[in-house]
Amino acid sequence: MGGGGRRESLYGVCWGKGGGLLAKVIVLTSGKGGVGKTTSAAAIAAGLALRGKRTVVIDFDVGLRNLDLIMGCERRVVFDFINVINGDAKLNQALIKDKRNDNLYVFPTSQTRDKEALKRDGVERVLDELKENFDYIVCDSPAGIEHGAITALYFADSAIIVTNPEVSSVRDSDRIIGILASKSRRAEHNLEPVQVHLLLTRYSLERVKKGEMLSVEDVKEILSIPLLGVIPESETVLKASNTGTPVVFDQESPAGRAYLDSVARFVGEQREMRFLQPERRSIFRGLFGRA
Amino acid sequence: MRLLDLLFPERRNSAVIAKDRLKIVLAHERASRDAPEFLPALQKDLLDVVSRYVEIRDDTLRINVGKSADTSLLEINVEIDRSKVKPVNNNGAAARPRPLPPVRLEPESQAPWVKPG
Repeated sequence: MGGGGRRESLYGVCWGKGGGLLAKVIVLTSGKGGVGKTTSAAAIAAGLALRGKRTVVIDFDVGLRNLDLIMGCERRVVFDFINVINGDAKLNQALIKDKRNDNLYVFPTSQTRDKEALKRDGVERVLDELKENFDYIVCDSPAGIEHGAITALYFADSAIIVTNPEVSSVRDSDRIIGILASKSRRAEHNLEPVQVHLLLTRYSLERVKKGEMLSVEDVKEILSIPLLGVIPESETVLKASNTGTPVVFDQESPAGRAYLDSVARFVGEQREMRFLQPERRSIFRGLFGRA
Repeated sequence: MRLLDLLFPERRNSAVIAKDRLKIVLAHERASRDAPEFLPALQKDLLDVVSRYVEIRDDTLRINVGKSADTSLLEINVEIDRSKVKPVNNNGAAARPRPLPPVRLEPESQAPWVKPG
């Protein structure tokens, strides 16, 4: 980040150790796999970059590199996160600049099977270096609650909990929220707690109306954390991953627009929730439907 | 519950079932997650002490830690069946187990599960 000055966000201004500004570290996490963490990390990072924020998105899923494919830069990976941690490569050799947006960089992970390669002090050193050059550092967490997932959330200032409206995903999200409150750096050092946000993905209004799917109100009530956004189930998400394009670059995509709204809310703008028209009540629904 | 739910219970939609199940399982998991680590050991010790005098089963002694703004409450519930109270022998010291060393409470120190601040 070049100039300095005050940077306003939902959570006020972040100041660094030496009085300078520090980039905000955001983790996308869920506990459960397959809920859309990587898709969301790519979309949120690209959305921040579209708003002029210098943003880097890091793949923490050591051994199962996939963010590069979703971002469409898989053929440009030379060095990775583990190379930089081990001092085998410099940060600027490993960062991949996005071809669609000058503010956006991708930091791919390693395909090594040694999960412990992600050492906490090494990660901290790399993040500190990134903080000098970026406004936002978006961390794409692996699934589970093992070493990789804990390392991804450890340094977070805020966390986006990616959740599907489905029982196992909601339960795992609750578990991860508990871990953020007890095992993160902020928790361990008695700092302001990590700001958690709910991002509800693969939402189908039709199925909610039929009573086949947990509604956004249901999930909010159960997890009791603030809602950042609701991403509708959309065919355009698969199309975006097929072509290696973050879904926010697709102007036609309802999911892309929902992600852009979520990013706007993240930086403090007020946006109405789209794709959630209130249910029309009738005598028929009153009798058959839910309250 | 709606009229038709009462008449045809299978009509209760699956999202409502999902929500109810989640609420129950998460209430349980959060309680055990927030509980202080010594709780199972305390439960076992209490059970040992109480069972010297009264016949009780494992599941009739329950411990809870409740929290409000600035106080923590340790709640111990023991269900006792009157007919199973053992007679206490006042003369025969042998009938009673050796007492444990006294516990010293220091007024300054907080209970271990109370977070500072």
